Amino acid sequence: MTCIEARGLRKTFGSTVAVDGIDLRVEEGRILGIVGPNGAGKSTALHALLGLIPYEGDLRVLGRDPWTDRDRLMNEVAFIADVAVLPRWIRVRHVLDYVAGVHPRFDRLKAEGFLERTEIRRRSRVRELSKGMVTQLHLALVMAIDARLLVLDEPTLGLDILYRKQFYDSLLNDYFDRGRTIVVTTHQIDEIQDVLTDFLFIHHGRIVLESSMEAFESRYLEVMVSPERVAAARALDPIHERQIFGRSILLFDHADRNQLVSLGDVRTPSIADLFVAVMGRETGESKGARA
Amino acid sequence: MNPPSIVQPESLFESQAIAPAPERRSFHWSVRRELWENRFLYIGPLIVAAVVLFATLIGTLGLPKKMRALATLEPARQHASVAGALDMAPAPIMLAALLVGVFYCLDALYGERRDRSILFWKSLPVSDRTTVLSKAIIPLAVLPLIAWALSVIVQIILFFASNAVLVVNGISPARLWTEFRFFQGLLIMIYGLSVHALWFAPIYAWLLLVSAWAKRAPFLWAVLPLLAISAVERIIFDTWTFMTMLQNRVGGAMKVAFSFTPDDRGNIDRLSQLTPGRFLTTPGLWIGLLFAAMFLAAAVRLRRNRAPI
Repeated sequence: MTCIEARGLRKTFGSTVAVDGIDLRVEEGRILGIVGPNGAGKSTALHALLGLIPYEGDLRVLGRDPWTDRDRLMNEVAFIADVAVLPRWIRVRHVLDYVAGVHPRFDRLKAEGFLERTEIRRRSRVRELSKGMVTQLHLALVMAIDARLLVLDEPTLGLDILYRKQFYDSLLNDYFDRGRTIVVTTHQIDEIQDVLTDFLFIHHGRIVLESSMEAFESRYLEVMVSPERVAAARALDPIHERQIFGRSILLFDHADRNQLVSLGDVRTPSIADLFVAVMGRETGESKGARA
Repeated sequence: MNPPSIVQPESLFESQAIAPAPERRSFHWSVRRELWENRFLYIGPLIVAAVVLFATLIGTLGLPKKMRALATLEPARQHASVAGALDMAPAPIMLAALLVGVFYCLDALYGERRDRSILFWKSLPVSDRTTVLSKAIIPLAVLPLIAWALSVIVQIILFFASNAVLVVNGISPARLWTEFRFFQGLLIMIYGLSVHALWFAPIYAWLLLVSAWAKRAPFLWAVLPLLAISAVERIIFDTWTFMTMLQNRVGGAMKVAFSFTPDDRGNIDRLSQLTPGRFLTTPGLWIGLLFAAMFLAAAVRLRRNRAPI
């Protein structure tokens, strides 16, 4: 079952092109991470998926057009579109009442159960909660919704590492199953690398790289080589090279593992390292094109 | 832009899926949500009601003196002397409800964009139409109801207090019972509040529209364009048609919904003063409602593609 299908998705704000022709297909049961520099068009693309903005091109989410059908789509889609969008004036018990009132797939007992594990009191207003607690509250609401697609746009921005870890742990242990799909953007991509099944890089509103984690792990390799072997390693055409403590780390695309093992320690790179490599090349190319 | 959406036949899966919450349920909770958020909707009129009650109660202490002097007054003034304070008590409460409604509308679709909570509201299966209508119903029905209930409570308390003051001073309260027509007053208030809700509907709808549109200073955006139109008209055509129209909108309901004789001096104390027939056949009412509907429809459309500011 296809959860998201986009063809030629495009969004412009005046003369600024935020999303520049994205083709994307996300099957049910995947956890997709979207990575890109600030202003790459991640949030705009997500907002289009959620029916928050009009767009050009074809887009179907769970078989619906998000722009014309947002309110019905939201029966099956949950999202945290930004940090701290819970209204500051609302009381915890009121937000539970309200969501229970308007959402047919909201399980209030489940949300209460999640809140039991936190320090959040029912009488508190959102403005009285810490940033971490607001995120916990929002997550408790979202996880109690029996949605088929969950969209998270920088859900843990500004939280400390403990809250971030707890956030993704609850999401995986208490929420995710094969019938659900999760799309997430974050700058702390390393922290969720183990969680993802797929990822894609966006730059200037376009997808520059798209891969499943399995394909990523077999395709990219990183070797740490000592200075005397750098020349030999460079001959194998790495896509990126960086220095740490006098040793070079070279990143290879489609290299022969056996060949690399003889040069040094081989490991799977982090998505973040690959991102830096790919983005370095992207900006290099665009500079070259201009020159 | 998007391709025109084709109405899709409900697939098997969709018909098995849990039915969306009925609009009515969403509407009900959305209205309650407004009352949670905007406690000034009832606290404002409540404070005014308390002040009116307090001031009128103090005035009640002078009632025995007025009753003793009643015979010296000409008959036309006797009613006002006995029951005038009771009759007038609701007016400030209703005025408070009106002002509260104006400020509520200006913030209703602006505040949620400013505090970014619109992103949360839009993550729930509530349509923009339901949201806008749940906000429009506040000045059109909820506030009039609040004003009415508070007025009734204030009048009942004042009535009993007046009786007590008279009895304690050894004066028969019989005259008070005949002059203060409580149930007639209830009807007049319901009529007056309904009439004004309908007549002011385009004003509230305009304010909601501006609050959905403005990126800042909704109050200025609501008022300045109207003044500008009027000024342009004055300069080019040397007429005041638009300004007269606005004045009629603000103050016109009383003129068409009630009739006054010079003796009434602006008071309403008889059911025969109500002119619902004339009110309902006034073109201004229907033109106003048409504008209200257009403004609200525009507000729904605007809210659909409004982002946080």
